[in-house]
Amino acid sequence: MKYTEYMALSPLQRFWYKLKNFFVSIPRGLGNFFKGIGMGIVNFFKGIGKAIADFVMGFIRGDIFTKVSYVIMGFGNICRGQLVKGFLFLALEVGYIFFMIFFGTGYLSLFTSLRAIYTEPEVVMTPLGPQQGESQVAVPSVKILLFGILTIMVTIAFIAMYFVSVKSARKVSELAKEGKRIPKFRDESKELLDAKFHSTLLATPIILISVFVLLPLLFMIVMAFTGFRGTVPDFGWVGFEQFSGIFETTSSGAGASMGATFLRITGWTLIWAVAATFTNYILGMVVALMINKKGIKFKGLWRTMFVMTIAVPQFVTLLLMAQILGPYDYSPMNLIFSTLFGTTEAIDFLGETANNGLLPRIMVIVVNCWVGIPYTILMTSGILMNIPEDLYESARIDGAGPVKSFTKITLPYMLFVTTPYLITQFIGNINNFNVIFLLTKGGPGVNTAYAEGAGRTDLLITLLYKLSVDKGLYGLGAAIGILVFIVCATLSLVTFNMTKSAKNEEEFS
Amino acid sequence: MIKSYKLRRGIANTLIYIILAVMCIIWIFPLVWLVLHSFRINPLDPTIAPVINYHGIFPKFNELGFDNYISLFKETDYLIWFKNTLIVSVASCIISTLSVLMVAYTFSRLRFKARKPFINVGMIMGMFPGFMTTIALYHILTVIKLDHTLLGLILCYSGGAGLGYLVAKGFFDTIPRALDEAATIDGANRNQIFWKIILPMSKPIVVYTVLTSFIGPWCDFILVNIIMGSSGEYDHLWTVSKGLMYWTGRQQMSDGSFRWFLSGSVIVAIPITSLFLYMQKYYVEGVTAGGVKG
Repeated sequence: MKYTEYMALSPLQRFWYKLKNFFVSIPRGLGNFFKGIGMGIVNFFKGIGKAIADFVMGFIRGDIFTKVSYVIMGFGNICRGQLVKGFLFLALEVGYIFFMIFFGTGYLSLFTSLRAIYTEPEVVMTPLGPQQGESQVAVPSVKILLFGILTIMVTIAFIAMYFVSVKSARKVSELAKEGKRIPKFRDESKELLDAKFHSTLLATPIILISVFVLLPLLFMIVMAFTGFRGTVPDFGWVGFEQFSGIFETTSSGAGASMGATFLRITGWTLIWAVAATFTNYILGMVVALMINKKGIKFKGLWRTMFVMTIAVPQFVTLLLMAQILGPYDYSPMNLIFSTLFGTTEAIDFLGETANNGLLPRIMVIVVNCWVGIPYTILMTSGILMNIPEDLYESARIDGAGPVKSFTKITLPYMLFVTTPYLITQFIGNINNFNVIFLLTKGGPGVNTAYAEGAGRTDLLITLLYKLSVDKGLYGLGAAIGILVFIVCATLSLVTFNMTKSAKNEEEFS
Repeated sequence: MIKSYKLRRGIANTLIYIILAVMCIIWIFPLVWLVLHSFRINPLDPTIAPVINYHGIFPKFNELGFDNYISLFKETDYLIWFKNTLIVSVASCIISTLSVLMVAYTFSRLRFKARKPFINVGMIMGMFPGFMTTIALYHILTVIKLDHTLLGLILCYSGGAGLGYLVAKGFFDTIPRALDEAATIDGANRNQIFWKIILPMSKPIVVYTVLTSFIGPWCDFILVNIIMGSSGEYDHLWTVSKGLMYWTGRQQMSDGSFRWFLSGSVIVAIPITSLFLYMQKYYVEGVTAGGVKG
């Protein structure tokens, strides 16, 4: 549709046109997304295939030193005079072999069943004669799980280093064949500060991230397929049982079934994420506009007032809010209400004693506004000032009021510029642990309408916390975490793809 | 015509002033309430928590005093917690800042084969709920015997910091490459370019990174909550946030620990608030850059 045709439409038709476009673009976004994943996988295997081909051809074509280097890492380097490098490779290989003999193989063989190992029961001497004592846990399943994953990670890292060493051996032999000078260790360490500076800079962060992000993530993902719960030291693989456990429809004990709980909490999580993101965004922008309006004085003062609340640690303000909104007649908010409006009964804002979910749900969104609006003000002030003043000027001459120029000029412009920010905010709100946990702890409705101590304001992320930390259902918690990840990842990738394609098609002017 | 336009604008502006003033009161009220109540005492029985003996939203002048602060320092572990918080925050701030700047510089300036795959893997890791790793970290720390130690806490806070490189990368991207090229011609290697040219030029982003990676551990309570466990044996290893949360528990509230929560909150907020207001400019630059670039 051409621009002129679009402009000729009535507002309702325009709305339908946009809506239709949005839904039409969803399959395309999804398609792009899966195509991207597919291409990634294909490229990955292509790369591996190429590496293996190189590897085999290198062995066939290589001289004797290179061939030995395929078995004894660094042999070629040592023979050609790259002593330090060669011995480093050799040490790596020896170290890996020792690691596997004394540590890795044992855990890998246990990894297949995961069952804990118990010591032989001791024979205890009692007055009634020798008796069998209790058997102790020697190696709990958690340890096997963790060290099994660690061994696999180390092995993958070693294979990568092995490829590096073989490549280096081939390169050295080529250099020797061509009669070129073989770089000494000192030359190569100088390279580490220049041409290969990326390896120097990335080495420490990558090791840290591997141990403190990648390892825990893999650990958690794998945990979703085990029966890990509570302090029981012994568990095994259970396949997809935990995932089906999320959708369990029969109730166990007090409260609703897990399936019903999960669906309700997912629904509320989405409502919360949308409401929290957009109330913050739009209200924050309105306040920023008011502060930045021409003729308004003390701009710095207004801004500082709002920024003050960011500067106070969030957990302090949230804990404080929970007290201010307390259910007692001496709680500050109730005091204010009774002095201003003469209410006689204390209002239970956060549902500490009542079972009604509506007011607490509204209150967490309101408090979230209080927490989040200052961030939006900070974030948008600069961009708002970049909107060309003549746009507003001409809109006013055409007779547009402040509301109209906000919805027709400011909002489209801001949405266009800050889409990435909105997406991260949305994902952040799905995972917004602090606000819910510190304000309501998930209540009200705990143990009545929901299973496993969850409540009406619980988000998926706080449900995960309750399941894992309070109830010890680590497997179930991990399964929910994986589902949250899948939702967040698809959501952000699809929207990102969509906005990218939208940006290319119609530039905002 | 002109007169009515002026009049309308005047009315609009007055309305805006009123709205802004009301909003400011709403936003500032909890903070003022916190500070005033942290000084509130009951002249008859100072051990009773200030909320219980309520009369009026704000304390009267003769109810003000330093009792809550004195008792905070004398009767509780607050100073130990404060020291722990300081140690953990400073240490993880140093490690985090270095990691972030190193990763950001690498991905912004250096080109190598594994660059794209690394960026993609990092993006995927960042999409998992950060919380999932927290629970796993607890098990890992238990197995390697680092649970219930400050070192474990520091490593957990700063270990994954490298993944948060996007904002700093966005900043480095804006520094003209001609500078690097000129330095290379003058014989500098990339190491020297990083330390002597790029970093000194990037003061705003360095300050922003330091600020955020200091505030993170200072304000976090989830990780401490999980790693240091509930009340009992490990009280002396808590950080302030964990202690403050403990004091707002129902049992502790009825024992009168709310007075410590109030005074403790004021003290823990002072360093962060002053740091933040002092470096506000850099923070705004970072937030804006990160939000728009994405």
